[in-house]
Amino acid sequence: MSGAEVMSDPWLLLLVVVPLLAAPVCVLLRSAGGAWSIATAVSWAVLGIAIKLLMTVLEKGEVVYRIGGWDAPWGIEYRLDTVGAFVVLIVAIIGALVLPYAKQSVLKEIRHDRIYLFYTMLLLCLSGLLGITVTGDAFNLFVFLEISSLSSYVLISLGQDRRALTAAFRYLIMGTIGATFYIIGVGLMYQMTGTLNMADLKTIMPAVADTRTIMAALAFLTVGISLKLALFPLHMWLPNAYTFAPSVVTVFLAATATKVSAYILLRIMLTVFGEVHLFDVFPLQPVLIAMALAAMFLASLSAIWQQNIKRMLAYSSVAQIGYIVLGIALTTEAGIAGGIVHMFNHAMMKGTAFMAIGAVVFATGAVTLRDLEGIGKQMPITMGAFVVAGLGLIGVPLTPGFISKWQLIMASLEVDMWPLAALILLSSLLAVIYVWRVFEVAYLREPKRTDVSEVPMSMLVPTWSLALIAVYFGANGTFTLDLAVTSARQLMEGF
Amino acid sequence: MMVEKVLLRVIAKLLIPLIMLFAFYVQFHGDFGPGGGFQAGVIFAVAFILYALIFGVRVARQAISASMSRNLLALGVLVYGGTGVATMLMGGEFLSYNVLADTVHGAQHLGIFVVEFGVGMTVAGAMITIFYTFAGHSSSQLTFRRGDGMHVDAPAPTPKSTEDR
Repeated sequence: MSGAEVMSDPWLLLLVVVPLLAAPVCVLLRSAGGAWSIATAVSWAVLGIAIKLLMTVLEKGEVVYRIGGWDAPWGIEYRLDTVGAFVVLIVAIIGALVLPYAKQSVLKEIRHDRIYLFYTMLLLCLSGLLGITVTGDAFNLFVFLEISSLSSYVLISLGQDRRALTAAFRYLIMGTIGATFYIIGVGLMYQMTGTLNMADLKTIMPAVADTRTIMAALAFLTVGISLKLALFPLHMWLPNAYTFAPSVVTVFLAATATKVSAYILLRIMLTVFGEVHLFDVFPLQPVLIAMALAAMFLASLSAIWQQNIKRMLAYSSVAQIGYIVLGIALTTEAGIAGGIVHMFNHAMMKGTAFMAIGAVVFATGAVTLRDLEGIGKQMPITMGAFVVAGLGLIGVPLTPGFISKWQLIMASLEVDMWPLAALILLSSLLAVIYVWRVFEVAYLREPKRTDVSEVPMSMLVPTWSLALIAVYFGANGTFTLDLAVTSARQLMEGF
Repeated sequence: MMVEKVLLRVIAKLLIPLIMLFAFYVQFHGDFGPGGGFQAGVIFAVAFILYALIFGVRVARQAISASMSRNLLALGVLVYGGTGVATMLMGGEFLSYNVLADTVHGAQHLGIFVVEFGVGMTVAGAMITIFYTFAGHSSSQLTFRRGDGMHVDAPAPTPKSTEDR
C-alpha cells in the first residue's frame, strides 16, 4: 500500500490522460486529416511513455500515482508492476503501428465525414485499454472497461458491411452483460471488505473469503471477465465482430482487447484473490483447463471450415485465447509466464495477420478464400507478412508462437500434466491446416484477376514492422520470456 | 411549424427559462446540496428538448446546431481533464485541487466547481446530441398534431443521412 513516502510518477497518469484528452480535441477539429495526425502523434507518444515506464519498472519496481493527491485506499491509485508494464507495451506497440497503417485503409473503408469520429473512438479505446492496465482500483477498472468497450462497439459498427451493425449490437449485449457481471462482483466484494483498492482487497480478502457473498462475487467476476475475454463458450460475439469491423479496428482489437481482458483475469485471480489460494480451495483449475482446451480444439476446428479469412483468423483468436488461459490455469510460475508471453506473441502475430488481410481487402475488396487465388503472386510483400504470421500461429521454430508453446509445454510437463503437452502439440496441427489453406490458395493457384497491385508503403511498412518485431522476438525470446517470468513471479508473490 | 396549441407554447415559453435557471442552480449549488454537473446537464438539456418538442426540431437547430452540441460535449471533457492537467502543471498531482488557490477550502471549492462545470457541459451536450440523433434527420421535424401525440413527418430515414446534422 502506498504511503506519502511513495512518489507519484506523472508518466503513469499521462499514459492514460494524453489519449483521453486528445479524443475531444479530434471532435473539435472536425477534420479527417487533423484527427489522424493527432491520433498518430498521440500513439507514438504513448509508445514512448510505455517504454519509459517499462524501464522504470524494471529498474525500481512498482510505479504508483495517487490521483488527486489522495492516498490509497481512499483515493484512486494507479499502480504498474511488470505484468502491467508488459501489457501496456503490447497495447502501445500495436497502437503506434496501427495508426500509420490506418490512414489509407480508413480513407477507403469509412465514410469521409465520419473519419474524425473514427479516430476519436480509436483514441478513447486506446485510453480505456491503457487505463485498465495501470489502475490499481477495481471500480476504476470498470470505468476504463466501459470506455474501451463502448468505443469498440462504435468502431465495429462503422464497418462497411451492414452486418457490422448486428455484430456490434451483439457484442454490445454480451459486453454489457460481461461488464455488469464484473461490477456486480466488485460490488459484492465492496460489501464484504469496504474497499475497492486492489492491494487493500488482497489483504482483507482472506478474512472474508469463506462467505457466500465472496463466492458469488468470484462467480460473477469470472463469468464477466470470461465474456470480455471471449473464453470458450462465451466467445460467440467475437467472430462476427472481428469479421465485419473495419480492417483497422480488427487489427487493433484482435491484438489488444482480449489481451487486456486476460490481464484483468490475472489481476483478479492472482492479486485480488492472491492471498486466498483460490485454486486450492475452489475447483477452478479443471474448469478453466477444460474451457481452454475446448477453445483450442473447437475454435481451431471452426477456423478450418471458414471461407472468410477474417472470420478464420477470428476463430483462431478464440483458440489462441485458450492457450493464454491454459497457461494461467496451470497456476505455476512457468505456466503463468507462458500465458503472459503468449499474450505478447499472439498480439504481434495476429496483428500482422490482420494487417496483411486488411491490405488485401484494401487492394481487392474481397476477403473470401475463393477471391484470393494467386494473391501471393500479385501482392508478394503483403502475403509475405501473412506467411510469417501464419507460421507464428502454428508455432514453427524461430517464430514467437514457438516460444510461447514451448514454454506452455514445459510448464505442463513440470506439473506432470503430460496429456496437456500432447494436446498443445495436437492443436497446433489444426493451425497448420487452416493456415495452409490460405497458403495454398494464395501461392499455388493462378491469379484470376489482373487488376490487383501492392498496397501503398504506408500500409506495408507497419505490417512488416510488426512482422519483424514478431520474428525478432521469435528468434530471440529471452527479453519477452524474462519479462513474462518476472511478471509471473511478482503475481505469485504479491502485488 | 405548429400554430395551434397556444396553451402549450405559452406555458413552455414560461417554463423553459425557469428550468434552465434551475439547471444552473443545481449546477452551482451542487457542492453544498444535492446536485452537481450531471443532474444540471440533464436538466439543462431537458429544457432545450422541451423547446424542440414544442417548437420543432428545425427551430431548435437554429438555437443550438448539432455541431455546437457536439462541441459542447467535447469541451466539457477538456475542461475536466484540463483542470487535472492544470493542477499537474502547478506542481500537484492530477486533480489535486489544493494547488489551485491559497487556502485549502478555496482551492477545493474552485476545483470541484470547474470540474463539475465540465461535467455539466458534457452531459448537456451529450443529451442534446442523442436527442438530435433520434429526432430524425435534417429534413424531418417533430410536431404535434391535433389530438394524436407526436409525429415525425418525414420520409423513412435513410442510413446515408444519419450523420452530421
